Amino acid sequence: MDTIEKHTIAVLVDNEAGVLARVIGLFSGRGYNIESLTVAEVDAEQNISRICVVTSGTPMIIEQIKAQLDRLVPVHTISDLTAEGDSVERELALVKVKGTGNKRVEALRIADIFRARAIDSTNNSFVFEIAGKTDKIDAFINLMQPLGLVEISRTGVVAIARGAKGL
Amino acid sequence: MAKRELNGSEIIIQCLLDAGVDTVFGYPGGAVLPIYDEIFKQNRLKHVLVRQEGGAVHMAEGYARSTGKLGVVLVTSGPGATNAVTGLADALMDSMPVLCLTGQVPTHLIGNDAFQEADTTGITRPCTKHNYLVKDVNDLARQLREAMYVATSGRPGPVVVDLPKDVLIEEAPYESPDKKKATGHRTYKPRIKGDAKKIAEAVDLIAKAKRPLFYCGGGVINSGPRASKRLRELVGLTGAPITLTLMGLGAFPASDRKFLGMVGMHGTYESNLAMHGCDVMVNIGARFDDRVTGLLSEFAPGAKKIHVDIDPSSINKNVAVDVPIVGDCASVLGDMIKLWKEGKPKQDKKAVAGWWKQIDKWRARDCLKYKPSKDLIKPQFALQRLYEATKDRDTYITTEVGQHQMWAAQFYQFDEPNRWMTSGGLGTMGYGFPAAIGVQVAHPKATVIDIAGEASFLMNMQELSTAIQYRLPVNVFILNNHYMGMVRQWQELLYGSRYSESYTDSLPDFVKLAEAYGATGLRALKPDDVDPVIEEMLASDKLTIADIVIDETENCFPMIPSGAPHNEMLLGPADEAGKPVSEEGMVLV
Repeated sequence: MDTIEKHTIAVLVDNEAGVLARVIGLFSGRGYNIESLTVAEVDAEQNISRICVVTSGTPMIIEQIKAQLDRLVPVHTISDLTAEGDSVERELALVKVKGTGNKRVEALRIADIFRARAIDSTNNSFVFEIAGKTDKIDAFINLMQPLGLVEISRTGVVAIARGAKGL
Repeated sequence: MAKRELNGSEIIIQCLLDAGVDTVFGYPGGAVLPIYDEIFKQNRLKHVLVRQEGGAVHMAEGYARSTGKLGVVLVTSGPGATNAVTGLADALMDSMPVLCLTGQVPTHLIGNDAFQEADTTGITRPCTKHNYLVKDVNDLARQLREAMYVATSGRPGPVVVDLPKDVLIEEAPYESPDKKKATGHRTYKPRIKGDAKKIAEAVDLIAKAKRPLFYCGGGVINSGPRASKRLRELVGLTGAPITLTLMGLGAFPASDRKFLGMVGMHGTYESNLAMHGCDVMVNIGARFDDRVTGLLSEFAPGAKKIHVDIDPSSINKNVAVDVPIVGDCASVLGDMIKLWKEGKPKQDKKAVAGWWKQIDKWRARDCLKYKPSKDLIKPQFALQRLYEATKDRDTYITTEVGQHQMWAAQFYQFDEPNRWMTSGGLGTMGYGFPAAIGVQVAHPKATVIDIAGEASFLMNMQELSTAIQYRLPVNVFILNNHYMGMVRQWQELLYGSRYSESYTDSLPDFVKLAEAYGATGLRALKPDDVDPVIEEMLASDKLTIADIVIDETENCFPMIPSGAPHNEMLLGPADEAGKPVSEEGMVLV
């Protein structure tokens, strides 16, 4: 009946001990999904961190997630970036590829097309840095798979609303 | 007031006193010895020594629920804190304002698996409204005040403050708070006033309703006596029927004809059918708990639903509503009354009269009737007698969890809020007796009765010692059927009467148990004993255990089986065979 939607939610929290555990515990305790979660301090003076969480659920569940997050004592503001107008999302990944000969050349060629930078290279490997939307990174990784993909490290999604207005 | 240098323990005592706290329920231990030493040196803050930390939290809950004030607990680190966890979870589910101070190993030992160390903030995070680990004595006073603010404001709940031992010893400047300045919080700002447009919409819906029903809960009681008063007024103005949840009993007088009895799994027939059949449901301070809604897909199918709650996350959680109003019950009720009086809405009097006629028909089924017996004490009979004997006294009732709890909810009539203490959400057996002690501490002159089952009472009966020590004349009214009655009832209903582990063998002689503590022990074996035993219990100025030996086979009806909608209620044993529980219902609790 209700369709499952994917939402990106930004949360400003007091940067205090246990705040991330509170957020994660809320999701696991109530059985909500976390597809991606990032957190870092954004205002050292005010001691505020920003959590960006990508989650999925029916519209009623998404509303619940927001209400539950808002109820946590150290939470300042939450914003459903998916529901509240346009936003931009980016993710960064470090992708290690091993190979020689043609495969190595091909990997470098594809990296060029995706505007990925080689930030480490040896005779038989590269580490690429790529930033972009999640699906772009997925596509890049898929193409690297047959070319000797060894390891991936992804940041998870960070997002921000378009336009002049701040959270 | 000038700033003074105080050590952490002194700061704690001073903060509590400044906040008007007069009683702490606690148990000492290594990590909290500095606080206990300060308690020893003063006589303004009363300390009640419990016998197990779990009891302390329930006492604080009883104290809080019966007074509307904050209940305060003080326990040591490690096992002291873990023993308190059940009580904290209980207080969270039932929205009880509790401050729990836990000792902790000194900061430099945290994480080293020190003696009596536990990750208290980690363990209690999901079962508290909020918790703190105080790492610097200079933050102590601020964090304590914040903790008390969070515990008591908005939707109340338990808050833990974990106190490393070094913080209790170090000194910091202390200044009593400015009474004129309201305490607040940087980020936690519960909404009190409801949205005016939504309230107007709600009033309009109620006025136009043909089959209106108020469905109210513990939120009305938590909002204070003002809310209950206003609820009476609004229900009176609208002429609509009202039902209450288990937690809401007392928010509206049971003696008023508009009250249909409790709603839910063991609620009355008329309440549940009215829930099913109403066209406008006005939920004030209740949370559409599964014990109330039954089968969600068939819950109140034809009703427009209004939901007033101070906690936005309660709204649209289980049941999607048409008019959500976030705000304090008393405030929203006040606004509703004002609008109603100003607008003088024209109601469909004829339709509402027809609705009442229908309700009276349901009422005529007399769903709480039971088969009286000459030889065996029926639990319902015992409770009716207890109610008759105590209704004109200043009485507070607590319960344990199980059949006796449901019978108490059905047969004891509450006309006032804060008179009924029960573990509704978590369903904690062993809640009632310590809760009764907490109530008695707050109301030394009142009649306090724990309506108990023998199995539940065994779970926290160590607190007999506490009650005796403080000369608290609590009454324990045990409806003794030798079974975990509700477990047995479900086994009878769902598991072919295979009574797996639900019979309690080797019960103590409760009369002798009472006497062992220097309390009064009484027993009733047949119906004629009940009145004299109650009379003697009420006459006694000591702790009394009344062992009421009831019909072992009696079950609690009416009942909505798990997974069934409201209109498929079982009215009595004869109904059981005809309506087997669905497979879906079997997996529900």
